[in-house]
Amino acid sequence: MGDSTRETSTGAVEHVFSVSELLEEKGVSRRDFMKFCTTLSAALALPAGFAPRIAQALDEVKRPTLVWLEFQDCAGDTEALLRAANPTVAELILDILSVDYHETVMAAAGFQAEEALAKVVREQKGKYIAIVEGSIPMKDAGVYCCIAGRSAVDIAREVCGNALATVAVGTCASYGGLPAARPNPTGAVGVSQAVPGAKVVNLPGCPLNADNLTATVVHYLVFNKLPATDALGRPLFAYGKRIHDNCERRAHFDAGQYVESWGDPAHAKGHCLYKMGCKGPETYHNCPTQKFNEKTSWPVASGHGCCGCSQPQFWDTMTPIYHRLPNVPGFGIESSADKIGMGIAAGTAVAFGAHGVVSAFRKGDSGEGAKEDR
Amino acid sequence: MANLYEKYVWEVPVRVTHWVNVICIALLSCTGLLIGNPKLFTLSTSDYLMGWIRFVHFVAAYTFTVSVVSRLYWSLIGNRYASWREFLPFSSAEGRRGMLDTLRYYTFISRKAPHVVGHNSLAGTAYFVVFLLYLTMIVTGFTLYSEHAPLGATHKLFGWLMVIFTNQGLRLTHHLTMWFLIAFAIHHVYSAWLMDVKEKGGVMSSIFSGYKAVRKEG
Repeated sequence: MGDSTRETSTGAVEHVFSVSELLEEKGVSRRDFMKFCTTLSAALALPAGFAPRIAQALDEVKRPTLVWLEFQDCAGDTEALLRAANPTVAELILDILSVDYHETVMAAAGFQAEEALAKVVREQKGKYIAIVEGSIPMKDAGVYCCIAGRSAVDIAREVCGNALATVAVGTCASYGGLPAARPNPTGAVGVSQAVPGAKVVNLPGCPLNADNLTATVVHYLVFNKLPATDALGRPLFAYGKRIHDNCERRAHFDAGQYVESWGDPAHAKGHCLYKMGCKGPETYHNCPTQKFNEKTSWPVASGHGCCGCSQPQFWDTMTPIYHRLPNVPGFGIESSADKIGMGIAAGTAVAFGAHGVVSAFRKGDSGEGAKEDR
Repeated sequence: MANLYEKYVWEVPVRVTHWVNVICIALLSCTGLLIGNPKLFTLSTSDYLMGWIRFVHFVAAYTFTVSVVSRLYWSLIGNRYASWREFLPFSSAEGRRGMLDTLRYYTFISRKAPHVVGHNSLAGTAYFVVFLLYLTMIVTGFTLYSEHAPLGATHKLFGWLMVIFTNQGLRLTHHLTMWFLIAFAIHHVYSAWLMDVKEKGGVMSSIFSGYKAVRKEG
């Protein structure tokens, strides 16, 4: 292998790699590596001239250790990272960078595994990057998610609190996600809420786009700082633009061509999914440009509306997924705002019409011009 | 019918904002219904029908906002019939009595139509509620509009509403309030007609001319 290990003065084992050499051993050519660096600079909205700098950073900079924690999750974000059709350069890079602790993929188990985590926290305090997948239950002292006898919130506070930075991957780790959907039985929250004061970058999505994780880590390696974020703690390079505004079906929206029902001719022609409840106009993510699984596709391209999975509490705030408007609370499931509204308008017209008929036949009302006020 | 004379009641800004509001609400309701549930028959993707509908909606929204703000400003400096006090009759004992009298007339309990130069107390109260609906529409509308620019000033101003009421909640409110305003418009035209007939003060024409037929006391 192209790496060597050496003991530091603190006794910690430090990995020194040459990424390009390593990639070559794994069958990735220098050309592919440079292409990857160019793609990454595009994902980060940087000029193409940054590609060599990214290559240099990946080649030379001492990369921090990564630990990957899983709490109330489905391992979907791990899957998004690992289950690409072919092993990608991105995957290999993260593979090389990482990973001293990852419950799903690490070989170690039990006390051995926990010791690896404890060692990172102990020996590389303030120098490692923590990646968190899954929400953290806060109710009843956090008993609803325990690993190795410790609650998730306890682990998160120690590991994320001592990390250089924490990357919350997926909507659960960012904002609580599905476990936090009403009535939120476990009191699930995201990392930034569970560990106040920790430096957290949120990469929501269900699952997250692994490209955005790679780009965030690479941004740190190149610039030595975390990317700029919006008010919800999401990097602007990936979440600064609305899905609707970059959507490949946007022309159909502006023209006025909409899918009316699943499988109708408009659906077959790829018209806009607005009337099918697409939440693209309310969702910020780079799905239309970055796409998923090596830019193969994304939900709207495959004919299904966006359900707003990268927005906080999307399960409660973006529903109903297949309708534009929620139902009016207190009325039957079938009552839409328009039906009720038309009822209100018609009721008003009928009531005042009746009043008018009565008034017209009513004699003897006094009134001979308004009187000047005293 | 002695002592009748023409009294200048509705000043120019009151009439102008009234008619601007009428046009804007009509435009906003029609385009808004189409934006919420488009029923368009566009044949070519090169068309821009929804784009224009939304453009009209947004321009009308800005116009409406300027009109409402102007009217609120005029309620501070206009004549007594334009004053904000007209819209809060329930704050005085006399106003509350007026509200009760008008309500008794409307429900056929009393035969005495309210004789007032400006708004009757019940109408004033209704317009107070309508102004609250206007503000609801303006705030929810601009909050939803600001979604196109998440780093913009409008989003900074209203974005917190998204967090409290949720995007879908605001959408529903914006939609339902439109229907409340349509219901108000129906009631408003009817009441004006009724008062025109019964009060004989020329209230219908007064919103064009500004003058009402007023009878001197005593």
